[in-house]
Amino acid sequence: MEYFLQQLINGITLGAIYGLVAIGYTMVYGIIGMINFAHGEIYMIGAFIALISLLIIGPAGGAGVILALIVVLLVTMALTAVYGWTLERIAYRPLRGAPRLAALISAIGMSIFLQNFVQLSQGARVKSLQPVVTGGFKLMTGEHFTVTLSYMQVLIVVVTLVLMGTFWAMIRRTPLGRAQRACEQDRTMAALLGVDVDRTISLAFVIGAALAAVAGIMVTLYYGVIDFFIGFLAGIKAFTAAVLGGIGSIPGAMLGGLLIGLIESFWSGYFSIEYKDVAAFSILVLVLVFRPTGLLGTPEVEKV
Amino acid sequence: MSGAAARRRLAAAFGEAGVTALVAAALLGPLVGLHAASQATGLVIQTRWAVVAVSVALVFAGRLALIAVRERLSAPALAGGLAVAAGAVALPMPDRALTVIAVAGGLVVALHAAVSLLRGRKTPGAVGLARAGLRSASHRAVPWIGVAVVAAALVLPLAPFADRRLLDLATLVVTYIMLGWGLNIVVGLAGLLDLGYVAFYAVGAYSFALLAHNFGLGFWECLPAAGALAAMFGMVLGFPVLRLRGDYLAIVTLGFGEMIRIVLTNWVDVTKGPNGISGIPRPTLFGLPFTASPPEGTVAFHQFFDLPYTSMHRVTFLYYVVLGLALIANLFILRIRRLPIGRAWEALREDEIACRSLGINPTNVKLSAFSLGAMFGGFAGAVFAARQSFISPESFTFIESAIILAIVVLGGMGSQMGVVAAAVLLIGVPEWFRELQEYRMLAFGGAMVMIMVWRPGGLLAHREPTLRLHGRGDGA
Repeated sequence: MEYFLQQLINGITLGAIYGLVAIGYTMVYGIIGMINFAHGEIYMIGAFIALISLLIIGPAGGAGVILALIVVLLVTMALTAVYGWTLERIAYRPLRGAPRLAALISAIGMSIFLQNFVQLSQGARVKSLQPVVTGGFKLMTGEHFTVTLSYMQVLIVVVTLVLMGTFWAMIRRTPLGRAQRACEQDRTMAALLGVDVDRTISLAFVIGAALAAVAGIMVTLYYGVIDFFIGFLAGIKAFTAAVLGGIGSIPGAMLGGLLIGLIESFWSGYFSIEYKDVAAFSILVLVLVFRPTGLLGTPEVEKV
Repeated sequence: MSGAAARRRLAAAFGEAGVTALVAAALLGPLVGLHAASQATGLVIQTRWAVVAVSVALVFAGRLALIAVRERLSAPALAGGLAVAAGAVALPMPDRALTVIAVAGGLVVALHAAVSLLRGRKTPGAVGLARAGLRSASHRAVPWIGVAVVAAALVLPLAPFADRRLLDLATLVVTYIMLGWGLNIVVGLAGLLDLGYVAFYAVGAYSFALLAHNFGLGFWECLPAAGALAAMFGMVLGFPVLRLRGDYLAIVTLGFGEMIRIVLTNWVDVTKGPNGISGIPRPTLFGLPFTASPPEGTVAFHQFFDLPYTSMHRVTFLYYVVLGLALIANLFILRIRRLPIGRAWEALREDEIACRSLGINPTNVKLSAFSLGAMFGGFAGAVFAARQSFISPESFTFIESAIILAIVVLGGMGSQMGVVAAAVLLIGVPEWFRELQEYRMLAFGGAMVMIMVWRPGGLLAHREPTLRLHGRGDGA
């Protein structure tokens, strides 16, 4: 029971991180109908920028920690968003009318490029950071096992909930969000009605990158170990989450992230830790084969 | 044009270049300018502002030159590009990579400017005629180029400069050509983006290694088995997923590729896990091994022909084995393209719905392409295992799939000669310049993006649809 509860807590934390990355996939897919293969790399870059800004701000005590974290959050989100914007501008915009495969290959190229760029500029070795937020609540003490909920986990879940709430309100209530939804339904019609489609697409990349940056910060703080390769697996898992929830659907991405986090956590808790990535891939294959629209997605009708 | 208007345009150009430079500064500042270096006391920040400053200046100059070309001021852009390239060689740079980037960038800009300069001089009709003439000439030349390349490949080991290193490299290049041709069936002809092609390469390599290790079989017995097993794997993996649409299929195949690697790493009882399998036998010539001291009862190649022993024999023989296999693969693909099944692949690539209306079963056609491609991957895997004599899961990562895909894509999807050119360019050239090894993958990724942006059909794309329902740049 205690073990179960602990895995549940870990799974929800992990799921929050995957959910943040998955939103980027789902938004871009919703608007331009392609997989932003380099999104995992954007998340990795977010983690590196977070690491560097944490090192610059340096150790702070007491209330200073919160202030420092807010500064790191804002700086990282802004700088990573520039990466998201540039990515769209260089690798996707020129290919907007091109066949799907051309855009996907360009995305793969960008992913390889960014990975190697970070490897060359920051080194290939794993970077480990001293924990910044320590301590936690002891929830339950069993015979052999104590269930803990660390402050970091609380922070991750709270920040994720706040961001997703803000984001949701933005999509539903603001003109920006209305433009996003309009482009998602019909890009040509939206353009005819005066929506600046290019700007809306850029904005989807910028928002997706900023949310992925938050996930990168959380991972840097939570695990304290990052390297240039983390974007690959995290990207695939977040993509799985987006597909599981129904690609194109924003609540679906959040739900999918949560489910993938839970599945991975329970799988490594009860089965084998070596095959935890196989679990994520198998879910991806199963969902795509048996329910390609995901849990909350709407079926796509191909017209001739 | 009046002075005021010219000044305004100049200001606009500088403004545009300034914004680009600002973006470049925001991109490069945190990741290049600041470096989180690991030291004994933990992570420390080191700064490299000089590199950032030079890069931002280069971006500014490059953008300015591109604007100049756009504004039909090609001559200054040409001069500027050459000046930057020359300056990068002459002046000391804070980083060696910057020199390479500046020279390459300067030359590209200069070339771009020169092309637009020439285009501006001639009347469009003349350029069109010259181009059409060039194109038909190159089309007529293609078969002869193919013959010349094959002849060159055949006599390569006899050339005076062919040392062991070169032949080893040539073997590697031909292996990749074969992989490229195999993947070309799947991606180029059938239009199915497979990001997990390395899985079949791994299946081929491991089936040879395991059969040799556990049953003592030789290369020639295992080669058909490796191909057949890989084809079977293609069939089994392909069957459930080939209904999926293009980009979903890509991700699922990527998942399969990674799953095979994870299984190979963790199923230690059978595959020996990350330690890999060593002592894989080399191919023999009708039972004559290429060893210095053959086991009791067998005659080695050099003893049989009464030659002094050198390891060159083995390297040369392996090269010819790979070349022979690759040529067979090429012939096979060239012929099968003319059969109904080959035509069905290309038809399916162009329009799946139309194919279904005409009574082609898409699943069967796709499955045949997938498993045939897998078979060639399996052959190449067996050759790879024989060349290395050692394999481990490390050799079969996603990046390998991406390299093979890059070969197919850069060569022009569906073009056999293009694959050869791209394999030489991407595998041969970087292996030869070992010093630049660390920048290889960076250039790879960048090249993939740029080729897709400038020539979405690839370098040697020779197949354009003769008729388009919608004009270019339409449809998702």
